[in-house]
Amino acid sequence: MSDLLEARRLVKAYGATPVLRGVDLSIAEGEVVALVGASGSGKSTLLRCLALLEPVTDGQVFLDGEDITDPDIDADRIRARFGVVFQSFNLFPHLTVLQNICLAPRRVHRRDRVEVQARAMELLDRIGLADRAGSYPDRLSGGQQQRVAIARAVAVEPRVLVLDEVTSALDPMLVADVLGLVRELATQRRTIVMATHELGFARQVADRVCMLAAGVIIESGPPSQVLVDPVDARTRAFLGRVAQSGRL
Amino acid sequence: MVTALVSTTLFVVLIGLAVTQAPGWDRTSRTFFSVSVAVDVLPVVLQGLWLNIRVLAIAAILVPTIGLGIALLRTLPGPVFLPVRLFAIGYVDVFRGLPLLLMLYLIGFGIPALRFEGFDPSAFWLGTAAVTITYSAYVAEVFRAGIESVHPSQRLAARSLGLSYPQTMGRVVLPQAIRNVTPALLNDLVALQKDVGLISILGLYDAIRRAQIEVATTFNFTPYVVAGLLFVLLSVPTGRFADAVNLRAARRQQAGVA
Repeated sequence: MSDLLEARRLVKAYGATPVLRGVDLSIAEGEVVALVGASGSGKSTLLRCLALLEPVTDGQVFLDGEDITDPDIDADRIRARFGVVFQSFNLFPHLTVLQNICLAPRRVHRRDRVEVQARAMELLDRIGLADRAGSYPDRLSGGQQQRVAIARAVAVEPRVLVLDEVTSALDPMLVADVLGLVRELATQRRTIVMATHELGFARQVADRVCMLAAGVIIESGPPSQVLVDPVDARTRAFLGRVAQSGRL
Repeated sequence: MVTALVSTTLFVVLIGLAVTQAPGWDRTSRTFFSVSVAVDVLPVVLQGLWLNIRVLAIAAILVPTIGLGIALLRTLPGPVFLPVRLFAIGYVDVFRGLPLLLMLYLIGFGIPALRFEGFDPSAFWLGTAAVTITYSAYVAEVFRAGIESVHPSQRLAARSLGLSYPQTMGRVVLPQAIRNVTPALLNDLVALQKDVGLISILGLYDAIRRAQIEVATTFNFTPYVVAGLLFVLLSVPTGRFADAVNLRAARRQQAGVA
């Protein structure tokens, strides 16, 4: 398996505050990688740097062997190869569900309108929201909005799907639907990198779990090892706290 | 609907009675509300209003266009565009600060005084230009407020899909921004409707100038009232239109199916 996405010595600082202090991470095609760690450990920042939504301070990111942190690169072209889902959905409120999903395939990827709409309806059908195609996002529940946001990200046929704590803003009753959809995507040999607090879920769907603390990956390996029998004391402490809160 | 109509009518009648019972009403009604004078001057005042409407029509197209352009320049990100942003800031600072009357004098009398070869615009066009430049500065700030009212996460989502900066602006930010500021924009349009008449200081005859001439010759103030009523009539559709636009947008986003 060749590496699809690779970060080398990635550093990100906001002013004088370092958030990422040299992250090395390789993700192979079809791999599902879960980033775990306490809030503020740099998970979201890492995802944003990988998807080129934040300029990196130092280090490099490679997508399909191409250095995408090169300042001369066409960043829009690179971003178009990622599908990003945010914690707060970020659907476009002035567009219908169908228009939300079709926007990038039509305007960025310049695909045929009829074909794009057919594909979008297919996706909506799969997430059980085909009857809401003409609705505006405000009329949907949080769980429905997040599933639409995932469909919007998948619709661009991304090389890498980036999921940033996609269930954190949802009420517990709605989490299961969204996780079910992510699980389905994970089984389709898609390359996924996700930040999550749902450790039980990470254990089930991830091929690999990376534990972040203070801006570096302190431990990385199969979920059965990192989440069950961690080597690093900080990982053990983190898992202990999570277990206490009942989320493992 | 009927109840509202009845109560409104009653309200107007009561106010009317209160005014007509005043001791000076007889004299006032003759000098301000003379029906015969009103009928006499109506064609002349309407002729003046036609000038207002022509200037308004041109400004109503140019002002939002230039205003939006200035707002877009002012919100361009990145250090490269600093000179452009400075230009936009300067434009707003200067032309929003200068009184419209002064702008009319500067452009209306200043530009002809330069005696450019082959460039001799009429007072009509000079006046329209002055009004447009001033109002564009106001409207640019309204648009900027609208652009900034759209949450940054919307831009982030758009960029994450690979949309370019112009696409993000045009398809995600501006549609939401414009909807947010439509009431403010239409408010400025009503203000513009009234202010275009100021170009009469360049020797043009707008509705109020025509009325003024009639007042001077008849010693009766009714022509002013006629002009005033016409201005009100002109502004009412704009207000109703604003309400309708806002209602439609609100309904659409809340409706289950488009």
